[in-house]
Amino acid sequence: MEHYNMNLTVKVWRQKNSKDKGGFVSYPVKDISSEMSFLEMIDVLNEQLIVDGAEPIAFDHDCREGICGQCSLYINGKPHGPWMANTTCQLHMRAFKDGDTIVVEPWRAGAFPVIKDLMVDRSAFDRIIQAGGYISVNTGNAVDGNSLPINKDHADASFAAAMCIGCGACVAACKNSSAMLFLSAKVAHLALLPQGEPERKSRVLNMVAQMDKEGFGACTNTGACEATCPKEISISNIARLNKEYIFSSLTAEK
Amino acid sequence: MLDAKIPAGSLDDKWTDYKGHCKLVNPANKRKLEVIVVGTGLAGASAAASLGELGYKVKAFCYQDSPRRAHSIAAQGGINAAKNYQNDGDSVFRLFYDTIKGGDYRAREANVHRLAEVSGNIIDQCVAQGVPFAREYGGLLSNRSFGGTQVQRTFYAAGQTGQQLLIGAYQALERQVALGNVKMYARHEMLEVVKIDDKARGIIARNLVSGELEKHFGHAVLLCTGGYGNVFYLSTNAMGCNVTAAWKAHKDGAAFANPCFTQIHPTCIPVSGDHQSKLTLMSESLRNDGRIWVPKKKADERKAIDIPEEERDYYLERRYPAFGNLVPRDVASRAAKERCDEGYGVGTSKQAVYLDFADAIVRYGKIEAGKEGNDHMSMEDIIVLGKEVVKEKYGNLFDMYEKITGENPYEFPMRIYPAVHYTMGGLWVDYELQTTVKGLYCLGEANFSDHGANRLGASALMQGLADGYFVVPYTLGNNLADDIYSKAIETSHPAFAAAEKVAADRIQKLMGIKGKQSVESFHKRLGKIIWDKCGMARNEKGLKEAIAEVQALKKEFWSDVRIPGEINEMNPELDKANRVADFIELGELMCIDALNRNESCGGHFREEYQTEEGEALRDDENYMYVAAWEYKAEHEWTLHKEPLVYDVVKPSQRSYK
Repeated sequence: MEHYNMNLTVKVWRQKNSKDKGGFVSYPVKDISSEMSFLEMIDVLNEQLIVDGAEPIAFDHDCREGICGQCSLYINGKPHGPWMANTTCQLHMRAFKDGDTIVVEPWRAGAFPVIKDLMVDRSAFDRIIQAGGYISVNTGNAVDGNSLPINKDHADASFAAAMCIGCGACVAACKNSSAMLFLSAKVAHLALLPQGEPERKSRVLNMVAQMDKEGFGACTNTGACEATCPKEISISNIARLNKEYIFSSLTAEK
Repeated sequence: MLDAKIPAGSLDDKWTDYKGHCKLVNPANKRKLEVIVVGTGLAGASAAASLGELGYKVKAFCYQDSPRRAHSIAAQGGINAAKNYQNDGDSVFRLFYDTIKGGDYRAREANVHRLAEVSGNIIDQCVAQGVPFAREYGGLLSNRSFGGTQVQRTFYAAGQTGQQLLIGAYQALERQVALGNVKMYARHEMLEVVKIDDKARGIIARNLVSGELEKHFGHAVLLCTGGYGNVFYLSTNAMGCNVTAAWKAHKDGAAFANPCFTQIHPTCIPVSGDHQSKLTLMSESLRNDGRIWVPKKKADERKAIDIPEEERDYYLERRYPAFGNLVPRDVASRAAKERCDEGYGVGTSKQAVYLDFADAIVRYGKIEAGKEGNDHMSMEDIIVLGKEVVKEKYGNLFDMYEKITGENPYEFPMRIYPAVHYTMGGLWVDYELQTTVKGLYCLGEANFSDHGANRLGASALMQGLADGYFVVPYTLGNNLADDIYSKAIETSHPAFAAAEKVAADRIQKLMGIKGKQSVESFHKRLGKIIWDKCGMARNEKGLKEAIAEVQALKKEFWSDVRIPGEINEMNPELDKANRVADFIELGELMCIDALNRNESCGGHFREEYQTEEGEALRDDENYMYVAAWEYKAEHEWTLHKEPLVYDVVKPSQRSYK
């Protein structure tokens, strides 16, 4: 891979706290290597800001290997930036060229209020899980793992849905700020497994009710969520969610 | 000072006897007992969920924005369990034995045996929670092998096993939150332990959003705060991983054991430049199919694919024919370092070796062609089929490699180099996972107990979940049974105010320095000292230099660090400064520990102590002990030794040849 260095302008959303109105500020950055990750470029900018006596940019990040789901960022109008099936922390600077201006914003959704600069509060996702995104099995209750054979196709499909990292890019990408892809991934993960059967109906009803309560929008099947998902969670999970929801609404005993 | 409280009786019976005789707390009393759990990785989330299920009032804390983000999530390869589903001769004893041997005879027999005993229950529990492990076509669970063993006992979910296990534990935790048994405090960092009458009775935590210090009471405190690999600056740990909670406990009386036992993982993506903020692991499972090699000629500038077979040195297969590419991590890492130091390294930095899948692709391709009954398939088509198989097994890892390096590992061999990955050392705990401070427990990677001087692959997930799901629910009850008459203590108690003042004063002091250098720059310098002198190879001279250098760095840090922003607001630089200040102190202790241990064992390789073939040379006569350090004053520790007694396993020189 050929390496190169570049000078860039980074236009970043700055907002002191949740009450501040916020606005864009442009910063020049120099000698950025194409081998850096996007967040390493922000690190360089932050070091520069600290040395200059300014406040560094606050942003969420942790594992920097695309799995924890903590990093976010709207980069040039796309959640997690220009690469497909990718998180911001795995985006590398070879995606950009010398002289580029890069616009960086936080996730924008009513249910994800900004905490500071590029950080948002995604605790609504935790509350959706609390509403039913689990199998009620206390420690010690389990039978032998192989006493319950599971059709490999179902196990694989369940795993594909369970790969969701809860980053919120689907919500950020959606013009309605809908959390349907996130929620559907969890419903599908558990509905596809026999262990999930006993709570199948109550789970989907309760989780959808919580999603609505959190202020996420409705789904209009535009597919922006699937296109932006770093883990390529399929929109077919939303179809499954709708099926589960209708079936459960019509047949639930309560 | 050190009473390991190992139950009497034969090794096989210790845990069963313990469970049969430990004290219990009745459900009505559990409701009155409050437990603080710090950290929500596999150990913390499983402990918080299980204790909540039992009826304790639990408060759980994590520094991330959600408990689901804890770094256990990044574990890739798998989790071991002695299920013997493969009928290949596995058993509780073999898992126990492999772990003791893999740890180079520096772990406690009783703890490791218990770990092996509960390993099967973990798989069952996770399956019941809906963890989507890999399965065979018959619907049963699939297994693969990992380094340091000759059986297939590793359960996995593609290259995302840690993620799936953590989501399972996280969901169990959120269920308890919904039921009101656990109260969750995300974006909080523990800064002090509160002790009353010599017992841990709470913590001081900083709310990372508002900057406020909070006081929290607990009848007991569980630290499940992970390892300290970030002392090296560059590691495979998440950016926020830190030693602060464990270190504060240490300075408050909890002994720190074997800090020099750190694991350098052999297969990570090499450093690309000074900008590097972290390193990325390529799962050890890749060594099942990838072959590691360097050119036979020094400084060979040809591309890997242009180097013919006979001019390649598959050095692990050459040196260790019995285990080949599946030798334990410490052995594989040192062998890579040896080749690179000798001048055979590859890539621009020459600090890398190849991990090559070309043979595996052809082998799998031929199997697929055979399945189709096609014996005359062209090599091109075989390779296409083979790549599909490799993609199914390791697809996400290959994608990750390509994103980071810009190179396609299906076409060119990966370049890998060892990187800091795991820390075997940690807070000293007894059989009940209690530290030397009463009421203060330590679980998972944060404690020292199960992996000796080197951890085997797929054993970290096992230990974290064993501690949280199956050990601490018993051992905590055994101790809290005596606490049922202790009412919850109001946080207006002077001990809380005193601990809060310590935390507040330190923050004031840090913010008051107003120096010129960033926190990050100090962290980088610390990492370089520790990596160069207390990394993959250590010697007396280097360690002595390192101690002096770290002490000087500490002085400089406390007089010239610059932290922007305010105290009472979200301030990530201040959080980082708190952590780096503790890493600096830990770095000194690591070097002191490495200097004290005049032998080589597992991940601790002292250049003065090696066999003629360059293998680690243990000194069982003088160093078969756990080194537990008691903090006395700045730069001053007292060493306590817990002798390791091997009743069942007979220590010998580890051989993987």
